[in-house]
Amino acid sequence: MRYVLLICDDERVSPTNEELWADPVHQAWWEDLQRRGSMLSGQRLRPVVDATTVRVRDGETLVSDGPFAETKDFVGGFVVVDCPNLDDAIAIAAGHPYARWGGVEIRPVWE
Amino acid sequence: MTSDEAVRAAVEAAYRDEWGQVVATLIGLTGDWDLAEDCAQEAFAGALATWPRDGIPRRPGAWLTTTARNRATDRLRRAAAGAAKLRQVAVLARDPDDEPPAEEIPDERLRLIFTCCHPALPFPARVALTLRTLAGMSTAEIARAFLTAEPSMGQRLARAKRKIREAGIPFRVPPAELLPERLAAVLAVLYLIFNQGYDEGDASLTAEAIRLARVLAGLMPREPEPRGLLALMLLHDARRATRTADGVLVPLEDQDRSRWDHGMITEGVSVLDRALAMRRAGPYQVQAAIAACHATAPDAAGTDWPQIARLYGELARLAPSPVVELNRAVAVAMTDGVEAGLHLVDGLAASGRLAGYHLLPATRADLLRRAGRGDGARAAYEEALAMAPTEAERRYLEGRLNSLRGDVEAGHPPSSVGRRTTDEEGTDP
Repeated sequence: MRYVLLICDDERVSPTNEELWADPVHQAWWEDLQRRGSMLSGQRLRPVVDATTVRVRDGETLVSDGPFAETKDFVGGFVVVDCPNLDDAIAIAAGHPYARWGGVEIRPVWE
Repeated sequence: MTSDEAVRAAVEAAYRDEWGQVVATLIGLTGDWDLAEDCAQEAFAGALATWPRDGIPRRPGAWLTTTARNRATDRLRRAAAGAAKLRQVAVLARDPDDEPPAEEIPDERLRLIFTCCHPALPFPARVALTLRTLAGMSTAEIARAFLTAEPSMGQRLARAKRKIREAGIPFRVPPAELLPERLAAVLAVLYLIFNQGYDEGDASLTAEAIRLARVLAGLMPREPEPRGLLALMLLHDARRATRTADGVLVPLEDQDRSRWDHGMITEGVSVLDRALAMRRAGPYQVQAAIAACHATAPDAAGTDWPQIARLYGELARLAPSPVVELNRAVAVAMTDGVEAGLHLVDGLAASGRLAGYHLLPATRADLLRRAGRGDGARAAYEEALAMAPTEAERRYLEGRLNSLRGDVEAGHPPSSVGRRTTDEEGTDP
């Protein structure tokens, strides 16, 4: 099964890439992914202050600053994994450092 | 020829005992929950049609599983898309009269129950799915039991089955590292089914919950908590007949103990003893031990309250909750005196952790009444009355209020100072 893990938090803690890679929890999570051979792809996203949302209504393109939805938590990155079942995806998600203060949403890929 | 009546009885018994296993086996083979249910249904219909002519098979469960399996093969063969599954099923298709030896039919019910109770499913869906697939209750029956409209219950079941399929929830018994947490989720579902039946006076639902707990305890003989839960259910259910009288809640101390089901109590205690012998305490075993103290006491005064207070202390350690502390306060009042109990209850009230919970003022009212503080008791009973969720409880509280008023008017003190305790039923977490 392929899943996308949406790594979310409220952006109150925003470590740099270097800080994140230096985090032992993140390192352990990364090693676990490598050992499982589950990682297909993934990217960290810049904070929502740099986001732009586009909508088309009645033929008109509406461009606005900020994220699509006003929520407490924002997607800060995503990882596409291939693993046998939801329990494995849950185990991978639980190991991500953001799971400790934000949350990880697991979405099966619509195939 | 076998009489229709004998066949009907045999099919009904098989439905009760074998439905879950037939469905579980079919899901294990095909991975298709709807197909599994449909084919199981057809197998039971087939039994009603053919057993009068051919006689009741020696092992009805094996006959039904084989028949359902063959139906599934036929269906998958017709829907050519299922090529991979078909190979699996074709290997196993066989003549239902040529019964396979028992050891060839693996019991897949444990995998089924853990899948139904997976934490990725919404809690109400876990309950519904367990009742549908393991217990064989119809959607209409489940909807009735949970006071829900049938179409929304049908939708709940359909969504849950879709999520199992689309989100890849595995059909398996969880590995050791996940087992404690997943087993707790299964036990919570079974206990909720029991409590729903108990609170609504639905004896068939409590019976279903007990049956499921029995199956689970049998399938997990090395785990003490399923036995603890089974014991807890038996010990509560044994008192069912005396819980209300003419629609009014009867507190434990006023229940007619001769009408308790003593056979069920004996079984509950022996199931609990086997669980406790494993020496791995858990919240259900402790709750069952408390229920056993009540169920085996000659009367309220002869109840081992110090032991109950200790058990609630243990329960608060294993599964901390303000409701457990409220129950402990009652036991402490019986052991160390009303004021000691009141002190704990007032502390809980001040914490605000049980705000809106009617048993907090109800408990306070009972303790105040026993302390001879009629005014405080009246106010607390009135507060409880405004929050009580069931008619039986409201009528009980009204009765208390009336008798307090009567006592004051007649100028004599409350009649049962130092004896009564809050009914502990329904206050368990």
